[in-house]
Amino acid sequence: MKILVCISHVPDTTSKINFTDGDTKFDTNGVQFVINPNDEFGLTRAMWFKEKQGATVHVANVGGPETEPTLRKALAIGADEAIRVNTAATDGYSVAKQLANVVKDGGYDLVIGGRESIDYNGGMVPGMISKLTGANFVNTCINLEIEGENVTAIREIDGGKETLKTTLPLVVGGQKGLVEESDLRIPNMRGIMQARSKPLHVKEAVEASAETQSVTFEKPAPKGAVKLVDSVDELVNLLHNEAKVI
Amino acid sequence: MSILVYTESEEGKFKKIAFEAVSYAKGIADMMGTSVTAVSVNGGDSAQLGAYGASKVLEVSNDKLKEFNAEAYADMIAQAAKKEEAKVVVLTSSANCKFMAPLVAVNLEAGYVPNVTELPTGTAPFKVKHSVFTNKAFSNTEITTDVKVIGLAKNAFGVKENDTNVNTESFSPSLSDDDFSVNVLSVDKATDKVTIADAEIVVSGGRGLKGPENWGMLEELAATLGAATACSKPVSDMGWRPHSEHVGQTGKPVASNLYIAIGISGAIQHLAGINSSKVKVVINNDPEAPFFKAADYGIVGDAFEVVPQLTEKLKEFKAQNA
Ligand SMILES: Cc1cc2nc3c(=O)[nH]c(=O)nc-3n(C[C@H](O)[C@H](O)[C@H](O)COP(=O)(O)OP(=O)(O)OC[C@H]3O[C@@H](n4cnc5c(N)ncnc54)[C@H](O)[C@@H]3O)c2cc1C
Repeated sequence: MKILVCISHVPDTTSKINFTDGDTKFDTNGVQFVINPNDEFGLTRAMWFKEKQGATVHVANVGGPETEPTLRKALAIGADEAIRVNTAATDGYSVAKQLANVVKDGGYDLVIGGRESIDYNGGMVPGMISKLTGANFVNTCINLEIEGENVTAIREIDGGKETLKTTLPLVVGGQKGLVEESDLRIPNMRGIMQARSKPLHVKEAVEASAETQSVTFEKPAPKGAVKLVDSVDELVNLLHNEAKVI
Repeated sequence: MSILVYTESEEGKFKKIAFEAVSYAKGIADMMGTSVTAVSVNGGDSAQLGAYGASKVLEVSNDKLKEFNAEAYADMIAQAAKKEEAKVVVLTSSANCKFMAPLVAVNLEAGYVPNVTELPTGTAPFKVKHSVFTNKAFSNTEITTDVKVIGLAKNAFGVKENDTNVNTESFSPSLSDDDFSVNVLSVDKATDKVTIADAEIVVSGGRGLKGPENWGMLEELAATLGAATACSKPVSDMGWRPHSEHVGQTGKPVASNLYIAIGISGAIQHLAGINSSKVKVVINNDPEAPFFKAADYGIVGDAFEVVPQLTEKLKEFKAQNA
């Protein structure tokens, strides 16, 4: 089985979010970039397939050279090869088109992405890749088993979960549950050394226009100070009469 | 031309988000000088959708569509959009809508923007505001394609009545075997509990509750309020509560009217998941807990004392206001 894990390069979860150039650009100053947490679960599940079922694992990212350390980290965790599509990731649809092209060229059986990336929260790239390549698709996937061509997947639904049956080729939008958090891998010294000599291919982008464009950013209005209350009587009163939520 | 909106239902009844989505679609229709067509699959009484501004309802009754199927539903919505020459397709932020939205977008070669919080600021160019960076910011985004797909954020717009005459029409999409290559084997849903996605009120506990055996008091508070229960990440990591209750950046987002956080410190990753809740109440014994900075109301105190008192008080309040 040939697996492609799509890796989004995102600000780490504790990052302060600021904008520059008249609120038109994300301020990367002092921001540490990491593998998107949802993709990390997918990458670890892919490593499981590699070790238990003999799969090959490639990782891909659409972005400029600044994203290469994130791809190297994925190689250090155990991916065999990395591909960087050399263009700015402007919107979800255009990223999906680039990745669909990688999928077609590479003949992957399974593509794993994250349910969403934690920067733009688009939640669209895996679904769009599936549609563009004609593969089956399971979103918010929390369990994935593959036997030959046959797939059993569990996905999270509002208020529960659903077990699905499908076949390869498949695209998955994954999240926590694909593997447990305690199973996530931290690159060790040996992995880091090996990653240096693993192939990182730079692929030129295909023509793919963006359908959406972020024009300006805003931050939520600053919040007023908390009202501290001494008694539950007062709290119930405020929730009823002032906030009007009960 | 029209605005197309998908209205979700369960067991023949529309969900509240369906009414919210129709209200929102009506808002766009007014801006663009057009009308709203709703798609309803084995749904409720179509006149109900008229109350929020739909003037036409495409009623789909198809046994194959009894259970949600992302590919088939996406195909159906794309066909309806083409038939109605819809310029905008409005979906919600339910798990099912988020599953099919990217498929609808590719089907229609349409730009898709999820988590939209307001009506467009303009329709030519078409610009919408949506939350990004897990609710830590908003982006004003222009959609440049002819057809646009919008994913409305939950509870962001509310329901707005708008009495409209409804015409209904039955609609039979043409679906092929390819639409059914992913099949449901089983569904496991807690039917007796309010879910985080649907809840107006969420009662959430953190590591401050010390252990799973102490969740009884939290569940009682939730039952009194008709609320869903939730938790912080370490709580689900330690197995005190199911993963489906984990709220935050790596868990679920909560967009309820009221969020009550008990024994939760208010780490940035947790706050990211609850930013779009309207009113936040914090109960924490540490006055320095960061959550107080994000809260509207707070009680500095021991959860083991405050929570049972609060439940009692709310029971009294309910008895008086019943
Ligand atoms: C990549 C990444 C992603 C993450 N994603 C998430 C996420 O999605 N959601 C999430 O929640 N966290 C997430 N976290 C973890 C987050 O950083 C915090 O560790 C977590 O939110 C803390 O949970 P807590 O507040 O329950 O526990 P603690 O930090 O242990 O805080 C417990 C609180 O309870 C109070 N307390 C103790 N006893 C009592 C009492 N008797 N009465 C009242 N109050 C009491 C304490 O004062 C304290 O404020 C993530 C972390 C990382 C690194």
